[in-house]
Amino acid sequence: MKQSTFKGDVLPYILLLPTFLILVVFLFYPALETFRLSLFTVHPYTGAERFAGLYNFKNIFSNSDYIHSFGISFIFTLAVVILGLIFSMMIALLLNEQIKGMKYYRSFLIWPYALSPAIAGALFNFLFNPANGVICYFTGYRTWLTQGTTAFFIIIMAAVWKNLGYNIVFYLTALRNVPRSALEAAAIDGAGPVRRFFSITFAYLSPTTFFLLVMNTTYAYFSSFGLIDVLTEGGPARSTNILIYQLYRDFFVNSKTGYAAAESLVLFLLVVGITVLQFQTTEKKVHYQ
Amino acid sequence: MKRTKLQTLSIHALLILSVFVICLPVILSLTISTQTETQALSYPPRLIPSNNAVSNYKTAWNAVHLGRMLFNSAFIAVSVTIGKVIMSLLAAFAFTHFEFKGKSILFILILISLLLPVPVRIVALFNVVGKLGWLNHYAGLIVPFWASATGTFLFIQRFKTVPSELIDASKMDGCRPMQYFFKVLLPLTKSTIAALSVIEFIYIWNQYLWPLMATNSDNMRVVQIGIKMLMNAESSNNWGVIMAGVVMTMIPPLLIFYIMQDSFMKGFALQSEK
Repeated sequence: MKQSTFKGDVLPYILLLPTFLILVVFLFYPALETFRLSLFTVHPYTGAERFAGLYNFKNIFSNSDYIHSFGISFIFTLAVVILGLIFSMMIALLLNEQIKGMKYYRSFLIWPYALSPAIAGALFNFLFNPANGVICYFTGYRTWLTQGTTAFFIIIMAAVWKNLGYNIVFYLTALRNVPRSALEAAAIDGAGPVRRFFSITFAYLSPTTFFLLVMNTTYAYFSSFGLIDVLTEGGPARSTNILIYQLYRDFFVNSKTGYAAAESLVLFLLVVGITVLQFQTTEKKVHYQ
Repeated sequence: MKRTKLQTLSIHALLILSVFVICLPVILSLTISTQTETQALSYPPRLIPSNNAVSNYKTAWNAVHLGRMLFNSAFIAVSVTIGKVIMSLLAAFAFTHFEFKGKSILFILILISLLLPVPVRIVALFNVVGKLGWLNHYAGLIVPFWASATGTFLFIQRFKTVPSELIDASKMDGCRPMQYFFKVLLPLTKSTIAALSVIEFIYIWNQYLWPLMATNSDNMRVVQIGIKMLMNAESSNNWGVIMAGVVMTMIPPLLIFYIMQDSFMKGFALQSEK
């Protein structure tokens, strides 16, 4: 349907001016400038720049600590996305059943939407604190946060827990679009609940799933910063030192401007790669109603 | 599709289990925020409330100037939200109701902005905001976040569902574009505005990395950073005080989420209907 339009030669540009002013000054220019700086070395005190070609990139990828961060970020993201989507889809499916008290269940299950990563960090810090953390007490195991492997496991759990509300909200909205008649027809034809889910419901959920895949990936790569800073500060012994935390340290604590800019560019390429991948898969496989 | 009694029962059981897992950490934080330092550190952990709440909340409020930080967070979140809503409404109006040169390029540029979250441009953003003299100022925490691709797309979708007879009728009545925008379009967009406001308020309230870098004085810090400061200040791990701070930080976004829950879900539904 073609929207009928107003005449106006200047007005549309005036309407777009505020948005583009902000975009140019605070998004496009800083992004390009960051990419430019990734090719320079910058003196931490004088700010003097010297062209360095791909020196920064060679440097970060020959640093075993960075490679380590790269690897654990990938595993962290993969775990957060997969576990997060599975749990939230299951909860949303339960919430979609017609059952007594559903309104209350819904309220109690989607509110973590309003929680921040830093809050999640503080709460999990208490649950697992070695002195008297509730989970340490009930598991009889005190070193959850002081050992690398278990600390890594805990940041995954905390990140998944924090994002459940967000994911459930999206799945609930998507589930409203599944036609009950189709499910009932399938039931009459003898399809069990599992069969019905995979042949009908899942198809309707796939656009939302792909959207959430991208949102959760950027969440895990970027927004988990607050969680890490409050819960583990990247430790113990770098075991939770994901890329964004390393970037913060290199730029803000160690003042390695060019080096940090190169790290930013790597993150940018990751975001672009994931988004492009998402668009391609979406076009081929996703079923739109 | 009739359910057996057992099926209904197991759905309840699973939902209760989910509620338990999701709510437990927060119920615990409420409980601990009422305990004295010794109670909160007792082993085995004490899981019932005590009577030290007033003192804990007072200490948390004073120890790191949490009151000031709550004000900062609220002021910043509200300012960003208002700016974003206005700018995205105007941009969406331009894209849906006008034909102009460069329209598709400008639209693509807005799309591209989605690929540039703060961490991707943080090094130079820090320099730009520094040159403007906005480090450690409200402006540096507010203005860079005013443009919103999400908001623009949300409003474009909403505007597209408005029947075009309305605009034709308005034009016949001699309605000028901005009159149509204010008198016809805006009243139809209320629940979408509400939904975007909830999303953005919570998003900005919960931000961490940028406020951490863009501020350095105690009276400009936001409340999320306050949590970390509280944990460092209470180095002996006075969990009662820390949890009091956590509770105060959680309440504003939760309140907004609950008050606006219905229009929030409505605004979301609209987004995925398209």
